[in-house]
Amino acid sequence: MSSLPPVDHIQRTRDQYASLGYPPYAWVKEHTQPPFVALKKPLRECRLGLVSSGGVYKAGQVAFHYKDDISLRVIDRATPASELRATHFAYDLTDARRDPNVVLPFAGLKRLVDEGALGELANNAYTFMGGIYSARKVREHIAPELVQRFVRDEVDVVLLVPV
Amino acid sequence: MSSALSITASVNPPRAAFLDFPLGHTAGRPNELDEQTEIMRAALAVFAESERGEITPLPFEWSADHSWKAQVMAGDAEGDDRVERFASPQYQSAADEAIVDASCPSCIWLDREQDGAE
Repeated sequence: MSSLPPVDHIQRTRDQYASLGYPPYAWVKEHTQPPFVALKKPLRECRLGLVSSGGVYKAGQVAFHYKDDISLRVIDRATPASELRATHFAYDLTDARRDPNVVLPFAGLKRLVDEGALGELANNAYTFMGGIYSARKVREHIAPELVQRFVRDEVDVVLLVPV
Repeated sequence: MSSALSITASVNPPRAAFLDFPLGHTAGRPNELDEQTEIMRAALAVFAESERGEITPLPFEWSADHSWKAQVMAGDAEGDDRVERFASPQYQSAADEAIVDASCPSCIWLDREQDGAE
């Protein structure tokens, strides 16, 4: 089996829900032309904001719960990987707990900053537990809060790392 | 960026980078910093190079053998592999719970503000 197309997670979930006797999951389908802003300066001059939905929190912070938790955690970019934790009900956490960079890629981004390919990483990254079954709550609460914070952090670009 | 192509295509983002890795590895595999860095480099290049609505596949493979994808699709036979949706904080370890600062100044409680608003 040398080459297979990407896993169709929508179809997989449809099959799984059907086999469990659940009603079909209502995926978000957006048909309007997405907004698009061209990069205004080279990446080597940009400050990058980072957000991950992998359920990462820092030791000492309150962990996420699994029932439509729409809270966020502020994670200082200087936090050592050894102080980062991962909690989520819907993906295999083994590797995220071994190395949180697989869902919150501080280390790779810092290398790009060190070599001058990226201007800088914003002081704070934002994390949440993306297993939220209400798209409305994400749109009305999480998204505007993140926008406000990234504007305040004066970032030029934002990398979203959904899990 | 994303490792769930159909879900990302469904929300129609302005631009995206697709990494064809198993879920839980959106930004790479554990303890492989060289590869993680190259994945970030390729993902960030999308900011400068992609057109509106484009999803750019990144040139990385989880393994030469793609049988992991067939296993993911066949995983349904095991039933529901998700954990129960507990309403209390789910710590990675009991040690984390013991040292937690309940006031959590670096937590943003959007739901508590929302409770008052609705």
